[in-house]
Amino acid sequence: MAIVFIPPLLRERAGGLRQIELEGATVGALIDSFEARFPGVRARLVEGSRMMPGLGVVVDGEVQPDGLRAAVTQASEVHFVHAVRGGCPP
Amino acid sequence: MSDQTAFKVIGTRPVRHDGVDKVTGRALYGADVRMNGQIYGAMLRSPHAHARILSIDTSFAEALPGVKSVVTGADLPAMADKIADTGEGAVNLRHLSSNILAGSTALYWGHAIAAVAATTQTIADQAAALIRVEYEVLPPILDLAAAMAPDAAALHADVVTNELGEKGKAPSNVAEHFRHEKGDVAAGFAAAEVVIEREYKTGTVHQGYIEPHSATVQWNADGQLIVYCSTQGSFGVRSEISEILGLPISHIKVIPTEIGGGFGGKLNVYLEPVAALLSRKAGGRAVKITMSRIDVLAATGPTSASIIKVKYGATRDGRLTAAQVWMAYEAGAFPGSPVGAGSGVILAPYDIPNVVIDGYDVLCNKPKSNAYRAPGGTNAAYAAESALDELARALNMGPIEIRLKNAAKEGTRRADGPVFPRIGFVETLEAVMRHPHYTSALERSSGPLRRGRGIASGFWFNFGGTSSASATVNPDGTVSLTEGSTDIGGSRTSIAMQFAESLGIPVDQVKPQVVDTDSVGYNDATGGSRTTFATGWVVYEIGQKIRTELIARAAKMLETEPGQVSFENGVFSNGAMKNIPYAQVTADLDKTGGPIVVSHSMRTRGEGTAFATHIVDVEVDIETGKVDILRYTATQDVGHAIHPSYVEGQIQGGVAQGIGWALNEEYIYDKNGKLLNAGFLDYRMPTTLDLPMIDAVLVEVPNPKHPYGVRGVGEVPIVPPAGAIANAIFDATGVRMMELPMSPARNLAALEAAAIAAAV
Repeated sequence: MAIVFIPPLLRERAGGLRQIELEGATVGALIDSFEARFPGVRARLVEGSRMMPGLGVVVDGEVQPDGLRAAVTQASEVHFVHAVRGGCPP
Repeated sequence: MSDQTAFKVIGTRPVRHDGVDKVTGRALYGADVRMNGQIYGAMLRSPHAHARILSIDTSFAEALPGVKSVVTGADLPAMADKIADTGEGAVNLRHLSSNILAGSTALYWGHAIAAVAATTQTIADQAAALIRVEYEVLPPILDLAAAMAPDAAALHADVVTNELGEKGKAPSNVAEHFRHEKGDVAAGFAAAEVVIEREYKTGTVHQGYIEPHSATVQWNADGQLIVYCSTQGSFGVRSEISEILGLPISHIKVIPTEIGGGFGGKLNVYLEPVAALLSRKAGGRAVKITMSRIDVLAATGPTSASIIKVKYGATRDGRLTAAQVWMAYEAGAFPGSPVGAGSGVILAPYDIPNVVIDGYDVLCNKPKSNAYRAPGGTNAAYAAESALDELARALNMGPIEIRLKNAAKEGTRRADGPVFPRIGFVETLEAVMRHPHYTSALERSSGPLRRGRGIASGFWFNFGGTSSASATVNPDGTVSLTEGSTDIGGSRTSIAMQFAESLGIPVDQVKPQVVDTDSVGYNDATGGSRTTFATGWVVYEIGQKIRTELIARAAKMLETEPGQVSFENGVFSNGAMKNIPYAQVTADLDKTGGPIVVSHSMRTRGEGTAFATHIVDVEVDIETGKVDILRYTATQDVGHAIHPSYVEGQIQGGVAQGIGWALNEEYIYDKNGKLLNAGFLDYRMPTTLDLPMIDAVLVEVPNPKHPYGVRGVGEVPIVPPAGAIANAIFDATGVRMMELPMSPARNLAALEAAAIAAAV
C-alpha cells in the first residue's frame, strides 16, 4: 500500500496520524480511501475534480501535474505540499 | 544521461544567436511595436492607497478631440470567484480582473481606475487627467503588524483565512495559514544545549527589469485578438486574456517581443486586456500602452515585505536538534504572496530532525506581489542564515563547519515532506573551502572602515513543466528551430546547443526563433529556472528523431540498411565502404522521402533542485553606515553547464540583484500609502560602480534525470546574498542587522544603538 503523509493541519481530522497506508492506483483513489477512513478529509484536499487550489501533490519525490490522476504504486510515498506560484513547482 | 565526456557542443561558449540584433539595436522590444492605424493608451491610477470609488465621470475625457475610447472596471466582464490555472498556478480570476482595473475599491496607490486611447500619447495622457473620480478615502493598512492585528479592518469582505481547506468564519487579512512539521520540535529543543531565537524584517522590493511593460493589441472585426507584448509566457498571457475577457483562446494570438528582463514580474497580465477593450471600443484600431517607470514600480508586482522569526536548537558539538519558524509575507492587495516558496527554502539546506514552520499570506494596501527570482527565498535565507551564523558563533564553530555538519544530502527529508534526490549542497561548501577567497585572510582595516567576511547558503526548487518545439531541416543543412519559450537569458542558444549536440551538427547551423502562440505547441512560461532544462530536453528528443530519420535517408542513398549507417563528424558512413556528407543528405531530402519536420512536446519531470553557497567581504564605514562589497564569490551546483558563460551570467545577475536587495532596495511609503520612491533615482539599485567582479564557481553535479545533466541555474543565486552580507557586516562591526535593506541610515542607527548599549 502507498504511504500518504498527512499534512499537519489535517492531522486533527485524521485521528492525529502523521502518515497512513492506503490502497489506490491513483492519487484520487488514495484520497477516496482516506475519506473512507476519515470522513471530511477529501473536502480539505480536493475541489471538484482537482486538487484544492494552492495545493500540490508529490509522488516519490516528483511533483505531479496530473494531480488526482497521478499514478501511484504499492511502494509510493505521497505528500500534499504547498504549491509555489511563478512558474515554479510545489 | 548521455556520456559527459563525448560532448562537442555542450560546455562550449558560442556567440548567442540573437547577439547581433541586440548589440546593433535591431531587436524589437515591447515598446518598439508599430501597427497600422495604431493609437495610444494611458491609464488613470488611484492617488489613494485605499478608497471606495463612488463615481467615475469619463465625459470630459471622451469629449477631448482625438480620444477614441475610454474604459473603466465596468467594461470588464463580471467575474465570479473562479479559480483558474492559467499556466502560472491557481489564480482567482476576480482578483486578477480587479487588479487590472479596480472595481468598487482602489486597493493601493497606483491601482488602475480607468484607461483612455487617443490618436497621440499626449492626448491620451491629457484625457486620462480629465476623468473625474469621486473617492471615499479609507484608512490604508501598510504593514504586516497592522494587517494581522485582531481588530484590523479587512481589505476584502469575502476573504477569510484558509487553513488547508478549512475556511475561517470572518473576513480576515490573513488569507492563508499553513504549516510544515517534521519530528517532535518540543523534544528537539529539549535536547538542545544552545538555542538562538531571532526576528527579522524585510522590505518590499521590485524586480527592477529595465524594460517597462508594454502591450499593443488589436481587436479585429472578425473577433480575433492580436497581442504583442513583453512577457515571460505568451501562453499564460493568452489564457489570462481568455479568462478575463471571456474569449476562446482560439481567438487570441500572442506574439512575444524581445524582453528586457522579467525575473518573475512579467508572468501575469496588467495592460493587455485593457488595451484589448480600448481597441474594441475604438473600432478595432490597435492600441498600444506602455508603462512609465512610476507605473512599473507602483502598479506591477513587487515581491513581499516580510517578518520572519527563526529559532534554532543545537547540541554543543554543533548538531542541529530543532528549528521553529514563523513567517508572514505581504501579499499586497490580493492573496498570493510567495510565503509558500519561502517556507520551502528557509531550512532546506539542513538536515534537522525536528521542525515546525508556520506561514501566513497577508493582505495589505500595496500592489499585488508577484514572483521575483526564487520567490520568497531571499527573505527566508536572510533570516535563517543570519540566525545560523549567530548559532555558529555561540558554538565557536566556523560557518562552513556548521553547515557541513548539518548539510542536507541525497535522502534527507525536507521539512515539507519529500526526500531530496541527488543534490550538490555539500559540493558547494567544499568548493568554497578550496577557493582562494576562503583560504586567503581578509585584511582588516582600522579606523572608521571596518572589514568583515560572511558566508551563507541557499536552496531553490527549480521547475520542469511543459515545453514544445519544432524543427525543420533545410536543404542547406541548417535547421530552423521554433520555440515558444521567451528567451530572457540566452536560452535560444542554450537550447540550440542541446539540439545541435543531439543531432550531431555545429550549433551555428541551428537557427532558433521564439514564435507566437499559433505557431508552436504549448509552453509554460520562462520561469522557475525551467527553460534550458525542459525546452532543452524537448529539442534533445527532436534531435534524436531527426538523426534517426537522416540515417534512414542516408541509408537509401548508400543503398544499405539504416542499421549499417553511422553518423559522426558530419559524415554518414557505411562502415569503411562508403561515405556521404551531411550536406548532401539534406540537399537531397526531396529525392529520399521529402522534407523532415519534427515537433515534440513534453511535460518534463526530474528537474532537480539547486543549492548555492556564497562568500563575501565587505567594508563598513561606521561613520556613514555605507557598505562596500570588496569581494564576492558564489559557488553553485549547476548540474551540467550547457553554456558556461550564460550560467556565470545568471549567477552574477542573481548576486547583483541580491546585493541590491540586501543593501538599498525597498519601497518607501508615506503614512497615507503613497509610494515616495517610484523611480530609479530614489529606488536605489546597484550599478556597476557598486559591484566588484563576482566570481562564479560552477560546481557541476549533473542531474541524473536529464539527458545532458541540466539543472536550473537562474534563481538560486539570489537566495544567499542578503544573509551572506548580513553575516559579513556583523563580522566587520559586531552589530547584527535585523532588517533589510541594510541601508546606510539603518546601519548607522544600529551602530549607534549598539554603541549606546555598550556604554550603559
